Amino acid sequence: MDTVYDKYELVVGLEVHMQLLTESKAYSSDPNRFGELPNTLVSPITLGHPGTLPRVNRKSVDYAIRLGLACHMEIHPWVHFARKNYFYADLPKGYQITQDKTPICTGGFIMIRDEEGREKRIGITRAHLEEDAGKSMHDQDPFDTLVDLNRAGVPLIEVVSEPDIRSSREAYNYLTELRKLIRYLGICDGNMEEGSMRCDANVSVRLKGADKFGTRCEVKNMNSIRNVQRAIDYEMKRQVDLIEKGEVILQETRSFDAAAGTTFSLRSKELAHDYRYFPEPDLQPVRILKEDVERVRRNMPALPSELLEKYTTQLGLSEYDAHVLINEKEMAMWFEELIILTSNYKSACNWLTGPVRAVINERGLHISQLPLTPAHIADIIALVDAGKLSASAAAEKLLPAMMDEPGETAASLAEKLNLAQDAGEDTIRNAAAEVLAAWPEKVENYRKGNKGMLGLFMGELMKKTGGKANPRTASAIIQELLEKV
Amino acid sequence: MKRYRCLSEIRSDLASGVETLPGLVQYYLDRIESHAHLNAFLEVWGDEAMAAAHRIDEKRRAGKAGRLAGMVIGIKDNICYQGHKVSASSRILEGFESLYSATAVDRLVAEDAIIIGRCNCDEFAMGSSNENSAYGPVLNPFNTATVPGGSSGGSAAAVAADLCHAALGSDTGGSIRQPASITGIVGLKPTYGRVSRHGLIAYASSFDQIGPMTASVEDAALLLEVIAGPDEFDSTVSRSQPARYAAVTPPQKPARIAVLRDCYESPGLNPEVRARMDTIVEGLRQSGHTINFVDFPYLDYIVPTYYVLTTAEASSNLARFDGIHFGYRSQEAAGIEATYRKSRSEGFGSEVKRRIMLGTFVLSSGYYDAYYTRAQRVRSIIRRATRDIFGQHDYILTPTTTNSAFRLGENAKDPIAMYLEDIFTVQANLAGIPAISIPLGRKSSGMPFGIQLMGDHGEDERLLGFSLLLEAQFSVNS
Repeated sequence: MDTVYDKYELVVGLEVHMQLLTESKAYSSDPNRFGELPNTLVSPITLGHPGTLPRVNRKSVDYAIRLGLACHMEIHPWVHFARKNYFYADLPKGYQITQDKTPICTGGFIMIRDEEGREKRIGITRAHLEEDAGKSMHDQDPFDTLVDLNRAGVPLIEVVSEPDIRSSREAYNYLTELRKLIRYLGICDGNMEEGSMRCDANVSVRLKGADKFGTRCEVKNMNSIRNVQRAIDYEMKRQVDLIEKGEVILQETRSFDAAAGTTFSLRSKELAHDYRYFPEPDLQPVRILKEDVERVRRNMPALPSELLEKYTTQLGLSEYDAHVLINEKEMAMWFEELIILTSNYKSACNWLTGPVRAVINERGLHISQLPLTPAHIADIIALVDAGKLSASAAAEKLLPAMMDEPGETAASLAEKLNLAQDAGEDTIRNAAAEVLAAWPEKVENYRKGNKGMLGLFMGELMKKTGGKANPRTASAIIQELLEKV
Repeated sequence: MKRYRCLSEIRSDLASGVETLPGLVQYYLDRIESHAHLNAFLEVWGDEAMAAAHRIDEKRRAGKAGRLAGMVIGIKDNICYQGHKVSASSRILEGFESLYSATAVDRLVAEDAIIIGRCNCDEFAMGSSNENSAYGPVLNPFNTATVPGGSSGGSAAAVAADLCHAALGSDTGGSIRQPASITGIVGLKPTYGRVSRHGLIAYASSFDQIGPMTASVEDAALLLEVIAGPDEFDSTVSRSQPARYAAVTPPQKPARIAVLRDCYESPGLNPEVRARMDTIVEGLRQSGHTINFVDFPYLDYIVPTYYVLTTAEASSNLARFDGIHFGYRSQEAAGIEATYRKSRSEGFGSEVKRRIMLGTFVLSSGYYDAYYTRAQRVRSIIRRATRDIFGQHDYILTPTTTNSAFRLGENAKDPIAMYLEDIFTVQANLAGIPAISIPLGRKSSGMPFGIQLMGDHGEDERLLGFSLLLEAQFSVNS
């Protein structure tokens, strides 16, 4: 049944800040690291001491180019910086060095899945470089706010989407895609809980079919992708309720309260800062040559979309399997190494998405902590393909054993565990005869044309031989005996 | 002790044993003390200077001393020196010590110059009389009822009164040349980007330059050679290696010199200054140089353009002085808002506040285009018109100031009159070109004034060459 909310359409644009994984800060050589003791990564430049000047970290420019290329954006030949002026205790210079009218990248898109699972293009308005502020900590001391300036000057890239997002699910999918992308690009670790990726949502609603946007509210302080989705859901409901009550929506900045699942007003438009942007006179514009873009392009890591294409067309994997591999960069990179060592791609995929994933989940590991190398799995696949080992024995017995003894080779460990499919033909033949003798009705069924009985006989035979029978040989012998009688 | 005009004289006396470096430092320390009423120095690092003198004298005897051994220098109080106080003559930096040295200071010290102390100046280099210092005005050694100019007034007075051999100043709109002019010394503003600004407390970043203030052109050239050049800490510095300025000689060929008719005919120009210009122009003609009077119809726009752009940059540059991170914090501050408001209200002087407010206004939304954008455009026009003159000429010659030193308090009530002090000097900062004030004038009252020579962008070397010629032919300091 239609509710009042179904009369409305949600319109969302997202602004995402991402800390770049550079060695040093955006405008100084101070180290860019997370989790150090407060105020230890600070030189006079980070502290904003009198007489200090910024200089551009070229690596952050390269990272912005990487992102621009991955999002099909135009990369501008000159990088101009601007100052955004405001006072805050964790902003040592009293201004942030950012980009205003001339962002490094403009126009582009990211492909996501919409509510129905169809592909949808979300436009990117711009991406620009700027610096992070320090951190004000209000809960560390009973009387004072403490300021840690380690984060001050950390390079950020801000990606602003078009207002193309039409549901909180799409917002969720957009952020998931963007995070996946930046992780593949190696430019940001995308950790929303630690704040290395932060999202502000511009949310408005309008009657379906309306061509003008409604008044938007900017929602801040959501520390997970899930919370962005929750905040948008709440905002939609709040705004529709207001409109239905005949009230006006005020353009304002709101904050998300994760505990309550609600948003509350931070400041109205009237109280909005006048940031007095103007060109940063301490920095010369940075020139980006065509060669610079080409250099970055040549060194681009593989993108998820490229891997998807490769896996489904070149390797013949299903789209589903390909997505499972690609979802996490480390998994895909593991797979990439594995398929250098084996040409049985399907098997490689099954191993990684099946037993390997199961065993790391079971042990609460991340794939990066897996004690095994792709060579271990390639060896197992080779043993199975050569008929020396059954797939089930490999998955259930050999794999866990290898986890504990990664120093052993697959072959020697299989031997130690007595897993080799080395039952002789005579043994198999005797076992097969016993199985058929034990199931006369089933044999009858088979002869009447129920070929499915073969599976049952195989299973029984495997039990009898303790899994040591080569399935191909066993199947041939059983069929032979069935034909004979 | 005799008064040395240039370092080469000092070095020859040190070499011959007529003088020792500790003796020289003691001479300056004594003079600083006997001239304390000038208020030229905010702090004197006497013991340190004396220790350095002994150390460098040793090096000198061992033949290992740097090129500036024998040079005793004062630095303007907006230039950072590691482990030493620096205040930009402002209360807001009361007690603040720099954690690092300006590149210019590092380079001086590396060549064995001795830094004897920090010189008074207008607060944050904003002013033309040195009356805006939180630590009191500086007096002009030629007549203590008059100002030494500003903002590098302490540096100028110190060199003029022989309290140190040379000084570093900074020039945003004339802050080296105007005080040099009215205290009778040489003041050089290099091409923008020739000297690193790292360690110079910013007033207006796209205008500021550090430069030498000396008794001779020769020393100005030597000091520029030492402090100039690429610096990884300042990305606005030119990456090209500086010329060997110290080896520069007066040009042999006749020069083509432009005299700006609009400056010459400026109604505010003192008749004695104009008469001296006439003499110099005539003298140059007779020596075979070509003099052209050229129109430069932008004089009325120069000062307003300068004040819109410099105050805009200053309003942002001075935001870091917020009472939170360093420097002065109001005792009555409770809470972040009050800390900002009270610390800044109490810490900054009235001229600095005036310029912060003006700059904040011109950058505000709704006014930005009318002021800031337009001023940027006018700056481009002035830059182009200036460069056009250099298409036909090697130098531009103007008076540095309209007159000699004015009396303390004379312009204090009228900021516009004070701002017009810079009318001839600001053009070089707007255009980023090098300019020098040379002490070529003396009024009947005995008060000095300078003549300004401007060169094309990056042509500091040629500028210095012709300055040597002017100094030799027309100097009034003998």
